[in-house]
Amino acid sequence: RSKKMSKTAGKSATKRVVDDDDDDLELFKENSDEVPQKVEEEEDGEDSDDSDSEESVFSGLEDSGSDSDDDDDDDVEVEEDFEEEITSDCENEDRSPGLEPKEEQPSTKKPSKPQQGEKLLLKEKTATRKAGGSKGRAKDNGTVQSEEAKGQVTPPQVDEYEHDTSDEEWYQDYPHIGYDLDGKKILKPIRNKDELDEFLDKMENPDYWRTIHDKMTAADIRLSDEQIDLIHRLQRGQFGDVNFNEYEPYVDFFSDETMIHPVTNRPQDKRSFIPSLIEKEKVSKMVHAIKMGWIKPRKPKESEQRFYDLWAKEDPNAILGRHKMHVPAPKIKLPGHEESYNPPPEYLLTEEEKLAWEQQDPEDRKLAFLPQKYPCLRVVPAYSRFIHERFERCLDLYLCPRQRKMRVNVDPEDLIPKLPKPKDLQPFPTTQSLIYRGHSSLVRCISLSPSGQWLASGSDDCTVRFWEVCTGRCMKTVEVGGTVKSIAWNPNPSICLVAISFNETVLLLNPCLGDKLLYNATDQFIASYVEPEEERPQLVQWEVPQDEDFDNGFRLIINHPKSVKQVTWHGKGDYLASVLSDNSNTQVLIHQVSKRRSQNPFRKNKGIVQCVSFHPIRPYFFVASQRCVRIYNLIKQELMKKLMANCKWISSMAIHQGGDNVICGSYDSRLSWFDLDLSTKPYKVLRHHKKALRGVAFHKNYPLFASGSDDGSVIVCHGMVYNDLLQNPLIVPVKVLRGHTITHNLGVLDVAFHPMQPWIFSSGADATIRLFT
Amino acid sequence: MGGTCADSPELAGASERSSFGTCVVESCWRRVYPPVRFSSQLKSDTMGGQQKKKYESGSATNYISRNKARKKLSLSLADFRRLCILKGIYPHEPKHKKKVNKGSTAPRTFYLLKDIRFLLHEPIVAKFRDYKVFVRKLRKAYGKGEWADVQRVRENKPVYKLDHIVKERYPTFIDAIRDADDALSMCFLFSTFPRTGKCHVQTIQLCRRLCVEWMNYIITSRSLKKVFLSIKGIYYQADILGQAVTWLVPYQFSHNHPADVDYRVMATFTEFYTTLLGFINFRLYQSLNLVYPPKVKPARAVISSCPSRVCDLRLKALLCFFLQEDVEALEAREKQQKELDAHKKLFEGLKFFLNREVPREPLAFVLRCFGGQVSWDQSLCMGSTYSVTDETITHQIVDRPNVDKKYINRYYIQPQWVFDCVNSKMLLAVEDYFPGVTLPPHLSPFVEEKDGDYVPPEKLKLLALQRGEKPGEIAEDEEGNDNEDDDDDDEDDDDDDEEGIDEKNLKMMEKQRSQGKALSVTVTPGKLKTENKMRLDQEEKAEEKRLAIMMMKKKEKYLYDKIMFGKKRNVREVNKLAAKRKAHDEALKANKKKKKGKKD
Repeated sequence: RSKKMSKTAGKSATKRVVDDDDDDLELFKENSDEVPQKVEEEEDGEDSDDSDSEESVFSGLEDSGSDSDDDDDDDVEVEEDFEEEITSDCENEDRSPGLEPKEEQPSTKKPSKPQQGEKLLLKEKTATRKAGGSKGRAKDNGTVQSEEAKGQVTPPQVDEYEHDTSDEEWYQDYPHIGYDLDGKKILKPIRNKDELDEFLDKMENPDYWRTIHDKMTAADIRLSDEQIDLIHRLQRGQFGDVNFNEYEPYVDFFSDETMIHPVTNRPQDKRSFIPSLIEKEKVSKMVHAIKMGWIKPRKPKESEQRFYDLWAKEDPNAILGRHKMHVPAPKIKLPGHEESYNPPPEYLLTEEEKLAWEQQDPEDRKLAFLPQKYPCLRVVPAYSRFIHERFERCLDLYLCPRQRKMRVNVDPEDLIPKLPKPKDLQPFPTTQSLIYRGHSSLVRCISLSPSGQWLASGSDDCTVRFWEVCTGRCMKTVEVGGTVKSIAWNPNPSICLVAISFNETVLLLNPCLGDKLLYNATDQFIASYVEPEEERPQLVQWEVPQDEDFDNGFRLIINHPKSVKQVTWHGKGDYLASVLSDNSNTQVLIHQVSKRRSQNPFRKNKGIVQCVSFHPIRPYFFVASQRCVRIYNLIKQELMKKLMANCKWISSMAIHQGGDNVICGSYDSRLSWFDLDLSTKPYKVLRHHKKALRGVAFHKNYPLFASGSDDGSVIVCHGMVYNDLLQNPLIVPVKVLRGHTITHNLGVLDVAFHPMQPWIFSSGADATIRLFT
Repeated sequence: MGGTCADSPELAGASERSSFGTCVVESCWRRVYPPVRFSSQLKSDTMGGQQKKKYESGSATNYISRNKARKKLSLSLADFRRLCILKGIYPHEPKHKKKVNKGSTAPRTFYLLKDIRFLLHEPIVAKFRDYKVFVRKLRKAYGKGEWADVQRVRENKPVYKLDHIVKERYPTFIDAIRDADDALSMCFLFSTFPRTGKCHVQTIQLCRRLCVEWMNYIITSRSLKKVFLSIKGIYYQADILGQAVTWLVPYQFSHNHPADVDYRVMATFTEFYTTLLGFINFRLYQSLNLVYPPKVKPARAVISSCPSRVCDLRLKALLCFFLQEDVEALEAREKQQKELDAHKKLFEGLKFFLNREVPREPLAFVLRCFGGQVSWDQSLCMGSTYSVTDETITHQIVDRPNVDKKYINRYYIQPQWVFDCVNSKMLLAVEDYFPGVTLPPHLSPFVEEKDGDYVPPEKLKLLALQRGEKPGEIAEDEEGNDNEDDDDDDEDDDDDDEEGIDEKNLKMMEKQRSQGKALSVTVTPGKLKTENKMRLDQEEKAEEKRLAIMMMKKKEKYLYDKIMFGKKRNVREVNKLAAKRKAHDEALKANKKKKKGKKD
C-alpha cells in the first residue's frame, strides 16, 4: 500500500484533478473499512505486498471491465477457452478456494488509462517477484477473463452478475456469493490455480481432457466414459439415448381401411342427427329461386370459334347505306423484278446509287428496300423489316384518311387542241427571203408605205433609211438629230409623208420616193397652209425647215416640251398623235397637219401611257397604259371602255382592221387578244413567246397577226374575225419565224406587215431588217 | 400508339399506280395535305330573311373529327381504335378540308358522321364496357385475396363474336375473297411467331391452323397461279372465283421483334382476320365438298428428329392426310381435272425429293399444287412417303454446290427451277438449274410490261419460249453476234496497233477517208432528197404539234407537261436499265475473253 500511495503521490496534480473517478475510487478504498480488512484476511498466508497487488489487480480489473466493448470480446474468448480453463482449475481443486472478489466485474467507473497502465506495470512487478501469483496474471484482458472464469462459480452465474448490478454491488465486497437454503453463506470459490499450474496439469494429467471444473463448487469433475459418449452423440446430432430407434416402422392409423372400431368412443352430437333449420331455409330459398327461374344453370362455354356458312343467304343487294361512301383500301403493290432474290443484274444498284439511297429520306425513296442478289435460295436471310411493313400496312388500313380520286389518265395527244392545219390557212409568211442591211445600230421601228413599195426604218444610229421592198436597196438615208423612237408612214395613199419621232421633236418628212406627182402634191399640200389670223397659244412649236433641211425632205418640225415616244397617224392622214414620255397631264398630243394645230385631248392622264392608236373607222382613240387599254370617244369626249390586259406592262398594241379586236403585247411575254364585243377581259391570252414582246401587228387584208419578241422569234398567227357576231375569232398560230440574232438580250424590236402581200418585216437588235414571205 | 396517333395521322406505306388511257376512279391514301390557301371567306348572305350561319350545313356537318367521335361514343382511345379496326371504319379525306374544319387549317383526322352513328349501335361497344367492368372486378377480387370470387369472375369473362361484323363488312362472299390478301399475309406472319410473349398462344395456333387449311384448299383446288421468291418472303397468287388473291409468307426464320411496333394493333387486326379467314375457309371447303374443319389424323409413328418443331405437327399431319388422299382416293378426280388446264398439272407424274437444306413447306406446297409428288428425308419430318433411294424419283431438289451420292436416273436441280416453271407455265430446261451453276435471274411474274417499259432480256427469251420458238435459234444468233463483235474488236485492236506503229499510214488513211467522203457526196444526192422529204413531213408534223401546244389552256398545258414529264422520266429509266445491262454484259464478255486468253 505504501508503494501504491507513494506512486499515487508521485502523480502530477493535474492528473488527479482530471481523474475524479480515480480519486473516488481511492477514497472509497480508504474510507471503506471492511474491504481492506477482508483483503487482509484473505491474504493471511501471503505477503503484505500481495494484498497491495491484489487491490491493484481489482482496480485494474475494474478499469479493464469498464470498457464495454472489451467486455463483449472477452466473453467470446471465455467461451473459447472454456474447456482449457476448466481443466486447469480442476487440477488445483485441492487448494483452498480463493476468495475471488467480484470486483473483477466491470463497474461503471472509468479510470484514466495512464493510471491503468501504471497499475499494470506495478502488477508485473509483483508477478515477477512472486512467481505463480495469480494477481500477476491480470496483464491483459484475456488473462483477466480466464482468471475471472476460474474465480466464478459457474459461467451462467457470471453472466448473471454481469447484468444484475444490484447483486453485484451487494456482494461486491463480501467473501461469499450468496446463501444456501439453510441460510449459510456460500463462499466465493478460492482461486488457487494459476496458468502455470494449469499448463503443468495439462501436460501431466492424462485425464485432463475429460476433467470439468465445477465453478459452483470449485471442484474438478472427471467425466465417465458414458458421459463422454453422450456428449459425443449430442455433438453429432444424435439422440442421447443409445437405445432409441429413430427409424421405427410407421403405423398408419388413419388409413383408407375402415376400422371396425371407432377411434374415439365419443357419443354423437345431437346436431348430427337433427336436420339444421338454417340450412333448410337456405335450401328452400334456392329451390324457390330455381323454381322461379331466378337461378339458371351455367351455360357450357364454347372454347373455340365455330365456323359456319356465313354467306349462305347472301344478298348482293343488301348493301348498307354506308357502303355508298365506302372507299375500299387499295391493295398492296405487287412486287417487281427488283424485289427478286435473284434479280437481273440491271436492277441492282451501283455504289453511287446505293449511297444516294442511303442518304435519302426514307419517305423520299423510290424503293423501300435495297435490291440484292443471292447466288442461291439457301443464303437468303430473313427480311428485317417484315413486321414493320405489315404494321405499317395495318396503320394505313385504319388510320390513313381515304379519298376517292379521279385519276385523269388521258392520252396527252387528246389534250392538244384540235386546230385547223396551218397548211389550210395559207397564205402566211414562211421563209426568210430578204435581209436589209445598212443600219449600224439596232433598228427600233419600221413602217411601210401604203403602196407597199417602200419601207422606212429608224435606228439608234440616228438615221432613217428608206428601202425598196422588193430589191432590198436602200434608197435614201436621212440623218436626224437623235435616236429614232418611232416612225409612221402616212396611211393616206395620196400623201407622201413619214412622221419620225426623235428626242423632243416629231419630224414630218417627205421621202420624195415613188410617184413624182404624188410627193409634189404633198409638198403643195403642206405649203398651202395659211396662217390663221388669230394666233392661238400652242402647246408645241410648229416649225417649217428651210434650205438644207428642206432639201433633205424635212417638211415640218413639231417641237414638243418632252421627248416623244411614239407617233401614229389617223387613218385619213390628217391627224397625228404623239406620246410624250412625261408623267404630267400632257402625255398624249393630237396634231392636225393641215391646220398645224395641236391639242391635248385629256385633262388628266391615268398612269403612264405606253402607246396610243386611232380606231381605223370610228372616231375612237385607244390609249394603252401599263396595265390596261382605255378607249375614248373623241367626239363625245368620254371613256368608252377599259380593257384589262391581265399583264404587268403593256409594250405594244395593234388594232384589227375591223376595229373590234385589239391585241396587246406585254413585257411579261403575253399576247392578249381582246374582242371588244365580248368583254373587257382578254378573249385569249397567248404565252407562246419565251421573252418580252416588243411589237405586235395586224395585217390589213389577210387574217394574220404577228408578234416579235426578245427571244428573237416572230410568231405569225392566223386570227380570223368573223362577221357573224355569234362566232368567236379563230386564233391559230401558223408559223414561228426565226432569223434575228439576239444582241444585248434584245431580239426583234418591231414587226410590220406588208399592206398587200402576206409578207412580214421585222427589225431587230442585230441592226437588220428581215422580210419573210 | 395512343400518344403518337392523336389527331395527326401517321401515314405510311405506299400504293401508287400509274395507268394511262382511261379515267379510273380509285381509292387512295391521302398522305399529303393540300397547301394552306388563304382564300377570302365567303360572307354569309345578309339579304333579309334568316341569316345563314357558316358551317351549319353541307360538308361541315357530314364529318366529325376523331376526338369528337370518341367523345360521342364515350370510348377510350384504345377502345375506339379497336372498334375502328374491327368494324373497318377509317378516316375520310374531305374534299374541302378547310370547310369541314370550320375554317381552321389545323391537321385533323375526319370520320364520316354516318360511320360514327353507325358505330353507336354496335353490340361490341357494350362488350368493351363489360370488359372494363370485368377487369375492375377481377382486380378488386385479387386485391382482397378472395380466390373464389376471382374464379367466379374469371368464369364470367365477357367474350364477343365477330361473325356479324364479318357479314356486315362483306355482304357477299366475293367481297370477302377480294379482301383476303391482308388477312392471309397477317395470319401467315402470326403463324410464324414464337409462342412466347407478343401474342396469345391460342392466336398463333389458330393462325397456323387457318393457314394450313387455306394451303390445303389451294392444293386441292389447284388454284395457285404465280409464285415469287422475293427478298422479303415468298409471294403466292391464287385465282379464287376469278379473284386474284396474293399473299406473302416470310422465310422460316425467327423474328427479332422491333420495339416500335404496336402489337396490340396487329393483334386486333389478327382477331378479325382469323374470323374472316375461318368463314372463308369454311365456304371454300364446302365448295369442294370437303368437311370443315378437316379432321387431323393422329400423327404416325414417325417421330420428328427435331423436337423443337412441335408447332409444325398440325401441318404435317394435315399434309399426311392429303397425301394419302392423293395416293388413294384422288386418282379418279385427278383424271377429271387433267382436261381442265395444262398448267394445273405441270408437275404431274414427276416425283420430287427434297433435300434437307431446301425450304420444305413452300416447295411441298407448290409442287403439290401442280400435281407433283413430294417426299423428303424420313428423319427430317414426318409425312415423307418414299426415301432417297427410290428409283422412280425424277427430280431431286438440292441447294448445295455438290451432292455426295448421285443417282443416275434423276435430275439434281436447284429450288428456283420449280418456281420458274410455275411462273412460265412450262417445264424449263434443267441445265440452267443444276447444283453449283450460276442461276438465271428470277423474274417477278407480277410485272406485265406495257410497250415502252423496260423488258429484261430473260423475259424476252421466256416470251419467245412460250410462243413456241426454239431457244437454240436465239442462242445461235447471239453467238453469231458475239463472233462478229469479236471480229470488230479485233480489227479495232489492229488499227490501234497500226496507229501506234506508223504515223504515215494514218495520214494515208486520212487521205483515203477524205477521198471516200468526197465520192460519197457525189454519189448520193438523190437519196438524200427522199430522206429530206420524209424528214420534212415529220418536221412539219412536229411543228404543227408545237404550234398547237402553244394554244393549250393553262390547265391543260400543266397536265400535259406533267404527263410528258412522267413519260420522259420513264424513258430515261428504261434507257438507264438498258445501259446498265449492256455494260454488265460487256463486262461479262470481257471476262470470258480474258479467261479464254489465259487458257490459250
